[in-house]
Amino acid sequence: MTVKAVAPFRISMSVIGPVLALVVLVGMGALMNPNFLGPDNISNVLSRSAFIGIIAVGMTFVITAGGLDLSVGSMAAFVAGLMILVMNAALPSLGVGVPIILLGMVTALVAGLLAGWLNGFLITVLGIEAFIVTLGSMGIYRSLVTWLADGGTLSLDFGLRTFYQPVFYGGILGISWPIIVFAVVVILGEIAMRSSVFGRHCAAIGSNDQVARYSSVRVGRVRMATYVILGLLVGVATIMYVPRLGSASSSTGVLWELEAIAAVIIGGTLLKGGFGRVWGTVIGVLILTLIGNILNLTDFVSPYLNGAIQGLIIVLAVVLQRESKPGA
Amino acid sequence: MGGAVTEPVLALSNVSRSFGPIEVLHGVSIALRPGRVHALIGENGAGKSTTMKIMAGYQPPSSGTVHVEGRETAFASMGEAEALGISLIHQEFNLAEQLTAEQNIFLGQELKRGLLLDKRAMRAKTRELLDRLDCRVPADRVVSQMSNSDKQMVEIAKALLRDTRVLIMDEPTAVLTKAETAVLLRQVRALRDKGTAVLFTSHKLDEVREIADDLTIMRDGSVVFSGPAEGMDEHAMATAMVGREMSDLFPPKTGSFGEMALEVRGLTVPGFATDISFSLRRGEILGIAGLIGSGRTETFEGLCGLRPATGEVRIKGQPAQIRHPWEALDLGMCYLTEDRKTRGLLLQKGMRENLTLQALRSFARGLIDKRAEEAALTKAIAEFDIRGSRAVRVGNLSGGNQQKLLFAKTMLSAPDIVIIDEPTRGIDIGTKQQMYGFIRGLADQGRAIVVISSEMQEVIGLADRVLVMRQGRIAGEVQGASMTEDAIVQLAMGVGQRAPDLETTE
Repeated sequence: MTVKAVAPFRISMSVIGPVLALVVLVGMGALMNPNFLGPDNISNVLSRSAFIGIIAVGMTFVITAGGLDLSVGSMAAFVAGLMILVMNAALPSLGVGVPIILLGMVTALVAGLLAGWLNGFLITVLGIEAFIVTLGSMGIYRSLVTWLADGGTLSLDFGLRTFYQPVFYGGILGISWPIIVFAVVVILGEIAMRSSVFGRHCAAIGSNDQVARYSSVRVGRVRMATYVILGLLVGVATIMYVPRLGSASSSTGVLWELEAIAAVIIGGTLLKGGFGRVWGTVIGVLILTLIGNILNLTDFVSPYLNGAIQGLIIVLAVVLQRESKPGA
Repeated sequence: MGGAVTEPVLALSNVSRSFGPIEVLHGVSIALRPGRVHALIGENGAGKSTTMKIMAGYQPPSSGTVHVEGRETAFASMGEAEALGISLIHQEFNLAEQLTAEQNIFLGQELKRGLLLDKRAMRAKTRELLDRLDCRVPADRVVSQMSNSDKQMVEIAKALLRDTRVLIMDEPTAVLTKAETAVLLRQVRALRDKGTAVLFTSHKLDEVREIADDLTIMRDGSVVFSGPAEGMDEHAMATAMVGREMSDLFPPKTGSFGEMALEVRGLTVPGFATDISFSLRRGEILGIAGLIGSGRTETFEGLCGLRPATGEVRIKGQPAQIRHPWEALDLGMCYLTEDRKTRGLLLQKGMRENLTLQALRSFARGLIDKRAEEAALTKAIAEFDIRGSRAVRVGNLSGGNQQKLLFAKTMLSAPDIVIIDEPTRGIDIGTKQQMYGFIRGLADQGRAIVVISSEMQEVIGLADRVLVMRQGRIAGEVQGASMTEDAIVQLAMGVGQRAPDLETTE
């Protein structure tokens, strides 16, 4: 074997760290269970990643621009509840068919957009801390969905559910819809982060919003856009999620916000803003999902320890990335 | 002072320092003696900061020795140097912004009575230290609400409390006005007379000549002059620093202006400036002088939509409503901040991202064209003589190069009206001369320029006309032969002129 000269650019730990962790996890999984690399399991892992993943892509922009959104889990539950209520209510007039599904989708997108806009408005126009605003809206949406469901569960009409189910379970060429939508969101997100004016402005605002303001960047508008996009993506994730179970309750989407934030951070985006990468977020989501998947497929460690191992990985990822900072 | 030469209290002998493979200090020797003020001067990047950091124990030398009172010493930490009575006051203040003067001064050595803090004793001692420095700031004022000069005094008070025998000050006057500088220099003299050894760096050579007993001049990491300051005039210092004869610092004024570019009537920035009126033609450089706190910066931030402001503004004859900075930019007007580190540049990012931030849309056809960005950077580096690796983070560039980059960034969006706040703060004389050349060059291209500056020489040498501000109002205007330091100072201080608040001379 010949060894090529080392490339002139340094490969930093912050780049290979998450990739390496993912490779190790996949290796472990393959050794422990022969079904791990089977098409069924891969499809299962990717589909499960899709909800958090779609949200986490939006979260990457919010965090890169120096913000934070704790409300996405509750928002997803609320949007799902609203979507189910609207579809059930329209059932007598529209009947089971494509129009009612479209109505549900539009409802989810509009609700997500408005919810994101409201967060953005409170943060950028009224100038309240993102943490406080979204902590508040997290409680509000969670409570609203509980109220809408009257403490129980909102269920989609059975006929509708059967008709809608292919959006989660179906797909093209054996690839399910959630995976396709996730991939599209990731690709668009990566391009936007890497080479759009919006992505560059997010990084500039996250690194120093004063500099951005003095450079004539429309700081408020860009910040607002990050929250609106995140809200919209919560709507998209909900559209994929509702056909899976056909119901929403106060326990829908619990801790999604933390998983999304964790995925973003594991992927190498700086929590304090100024630098973000969408592909890293994807790796972060996959790592988090794989941990749960491996624990379920093997019986060395109790699946109840899932959260503990995820927590360990998050801390470890940040520690590794910190050490690799040059000259810090 | 002077008199018999005393033993040095702190000396470097033949000290070198390398970062990785690059040696930045080559065999530097310098000796500080008690009761003398030692000035260390040199261009940006000459190695002054590194020398000072080694003296204060922030960094060890790669080779050579540090002697404290004749004994060879290797500081294990800056705390050790401080324990030996050596204090370094940074150019960027090292104060906890949210704490009061008193809390800062006693930070780490709070006085206690039993388990609790002895606030009364600390308050009294703080008052005594600040009074010694002629500083009237209340002891319980939070640092973030202080002026730069007051912060400087708190830093010095902190050093005084620690029984400092060697006080090292990195460009203490860079952010001070003339009057504040005078106070500081008086304090430095008082410290010297009490036997403290003071090391002092400054780009203002007149100050150096005024205060220094000993002088060390560095260039490119080596000492090129060391000896008594007596007999070195400003010209000789500048020549030694730059390594070549300094010709005229300021480019010649052309005195030919074009059409009206900017007319401002009754501009008011609540809390900072009232009823500001002036006009500016293409090709003209308008100087804005005044003490720090006279509302100069705030006036122009208000004009450019960075602060709320009211008033009538006409740009190229057209009435303009400017509420946000991008609206100003769309109209061809741009404000270049005085604060390059926190408002001008993204210190964590590279040169390319910084250069194109303001004009980013012109590099995007849907997506950003990175090759065009690189080409623009190459052009800017050549045009503005920016030195330093392209790969480096902007925070690691020297002040002069940061300023040039900030300048290049602003010019990339091709504004017709450029407002430059403190164009040469904290940069060396060689780079200053370049900046003056760039600014005059812009005016000669038909742009209208406003230069806000605390340096009298700069305003007089560069501007065609000078407005002097005092307490948020225009105190008067000087031009031609009447543009003298005396005239400006009198207007700025509100002395010697008749009712300057009531009427602006026009």
